[in-house]
Amino acid sequence: MRLSVPSKIPGLPVLAIVLLLVPIVLNDEFYLDIATQVALIAATVVGLNLLVGYAGQVSLGHAAFFALGAYGSAILTGTYGWTPVPALLCAALLVATLAWLVGRPILRLKGHYLSMATLGLGIIIAIIINNEGWLTGGPDGIPVAPFSVMGFELSIFDEYQVLGMTVSGALAWYALAGVLLLLAVWIAQNLIDSPIGRALRAVRGSEVAARVVGVDTSHYKLLIFVISAVYASLMGSFFAHYTGFITPQLATFEHSIELITIVVLGGMGSTYGVIIGAVLLLLLPQLLTDFHEYEMMMFGLILMLTMIFMPRGLLPTLSGLLQRSWPRRVRSSGQED
Amino acid sequence: MNKKSLLRGLAAVTTLLALALAGPAPASDEPIRIGAFVSATGPASFLGDPELKTLEMYVERINEQGGVLGRPLHLVHYDDGGSASEARNFANRLLRRDRVDVLIGGSTTGTTLAAVPLAQRARTPMISMAGALTIVEPVNPWVFKTPQSDRMAAERVLADMQDRGITRIGLISGTDGFGRSGREQTLEVAEQFGIEVVADQTYGPQDTDMTSQLTRIRTTEGVEAVFNFGFGQGPAIVTRNYAHLDIDLPLYQSHGVASDRFLDLAGSAAEGVRLPASALLVPDALPDEDPQKPVVQGYKQAYEARWNTSVSTFGGYAYDALHLAVHAIEQAGSTDPKAIREALESIQGFVGVTGVFSMAPEDHNGLEPESFRLLEVRDGGWVLIH
Repeated sequence: MRLSVPSKIPGLPVLAIVLLLVPIVLNDEFYLDIATQVALIAATVVGLNLLVGYAGQVSLGHAAFFALGAYGSAILTGTYGWTPVPALLCAALLVATLAWLVGRPILRLKGHYLSMATLGLGIIIAIIINNEGWLTGGPDGIPVAPFSVMGFELSIFDEYQVLGMTVSGALAWYALAGVLLLLAVWIAQNLIDSPIGRALRAVRGSEVAARVVGVDTSHYKLLIFVISAVYASLMGSFFAHYTGFITPQLATFEHSIELITIVVLGGMGSTYGVIIGAVLLLLLPQLLTDFHEYEMMMFGLILMLTMIFMPRGLLPTLSGLLQRSWPRRVRSSGQED
Repeated sequence: MNKKSLLRGLAAVTTLLALALAGPAPASDEPIRIGAFVSATGPASFLGDPELKTLEMYVERINEQGGVLGRPLHLVHYDDGGSASEARNFANRLLRRDRVDVLIGGSTTGTTLAAVPLAQRARTPMISMAGALTIVEPVNPWVFKTPQSDRMAAERVLADMQDRGITRIGLISGTDGFGRSGREQTLEVAEQFGIEVVADQTYGPQDTDMTSQLTRIRTTEGVEAVFNFGFGQGPAIVTRNYAHLDIDLPLYQSHGVASDRFLDLAGSAAEGVRLPASALLVPDALPDEDPQKPVVQGYKQAYEARWNTSVSTFGGYAYDALHLAVHAIEQAGSTDPKAIREALESIQGFVGVTGVFSMAPEDHNGLEPESFRLLEVRDGGWVLIH
């Protein structure tokens, strides 16, 4: 299957421009707040998409990795007085180790055993976070200190002087989230275009064929699983510092499903598609406040319609349509799947 | 996919976002804006649903009677579905987009705590309808709450045990937020009442049989009474199992089951169970000199007439939150947030559904443990004791 993102060159600058436009068009702390969260979740699903869209493996426990990053940061900075950067790195290392331990035996097998393993792992982690109240604050949640680097604290509630201009904390956080998203996309695109990416696409196409030509399939699947778990952990840490308060809900199965839904909606294997998926899905609760009872129904309807009419996801389908309506643009390399 | 189509797509999304989110700008000198975020759906809907109904009903009623300070009330409400992160986002929206004068919510401790930093930042008074003591201790100048804390429920029960000469008890609690917090508070204050917790069992919120936990409590030597801290169906199952096992010791429940639904679920097994509850369960049994009697009777009648469903203690928390806010705005004579906050803090002897509120700078709950009435189940109904 050919994937629709042609190269990393055009996408990144466009994304950067859109990210720059948001605070200009929507110069309001409320919009910035939503945009910051969207950017952090988008970066998470860009990581998840590496696994789902390229390695063809589904993780049903990604919310647990996200929550481990969030709780790791909250506990290490709150209870043990660490500074945020070592705390989030340590949490990410822990998550990487955990993903490696789970993935190593499972990913030797062909097929979708990883879904079952991550499903179980996610539920176990959710229960631990819920039950170990002395450490995690239990079901009521735990407050998280603001993010800081070398004594410089970044709080949404402060104002900062940058080059003589006053920058609100909300804008500063938005900038940080935007940079994180760009970094996440840049790393993901480089991975996709590297030998690892090519090997993974081969695995997704046909694992047997990939093995026959000498690709160490289990090694690459494991590698990408660990990387996508680390993505989730790091973004979980930033999310925790940003919102300032986290609850075990972050680790729930529902949250994992939400992340997978974003990937499917936006388009598996399309880095920019899943970003648009994140924008749409995270804005829905804000757009549908008047029909809140029907929110889950709308979610389901959107997912159903996507699967029926756009099985490849939003962006790949739409861009395919655009290319078909402008025949000049169809490149000689076969775009049809 | 090329650059142009990508740009088009993203531009369309951005425009959509701008159009859809742009609500009407708040006009000055117009209605007084009350913002509420409650868990009207989801796992905590048994809290949020009656709360929202109560708020809607009384905002209408206050407006029919001419509003507050000659201005009508305008209720802006969102449903957070029990999710703390959505609660945080909706609180942010209420504060920054809807520019509300007073914030009411959330329904649970988690949703409340997620919104507290925002209310504090926006310098807007916030009145929570959640139980945990941590909401108001340490005191946050902008945050108030209407329900009694779990500790008060524990104290009320332990005091009654002390009166009966009980010194050794078995504790059984749910592993949800409510049961967990209640268990901790009970263990903390038990000693002050000369009571030792000799058995400490827990059950999951979805469990359907607690026979083994209760058997373990029964076989623990010297247990003189059993206290169950939990809500939902769990306590009803505990009560049924308790009767089944024929344990001949006093059984206490928490305020978490203080509703007629508990009587339906537990049936005849509930006979003799004691629990702390709001006056709302026994409005007609209250003595005539009780200042709460007319308020509680009025609320129960109005709610049941309007919604055709039985009243719940949790709706009472919303009644109190709204009326405390209205009272404070009237006292302050304006919607200046600082003046409202100060008026809230100096409220004395305000008679609500949950109790009589007397706030202080160091007490943003303003209730005494006595606001809990001790009830016993007799002949399938509630009886007020003491």
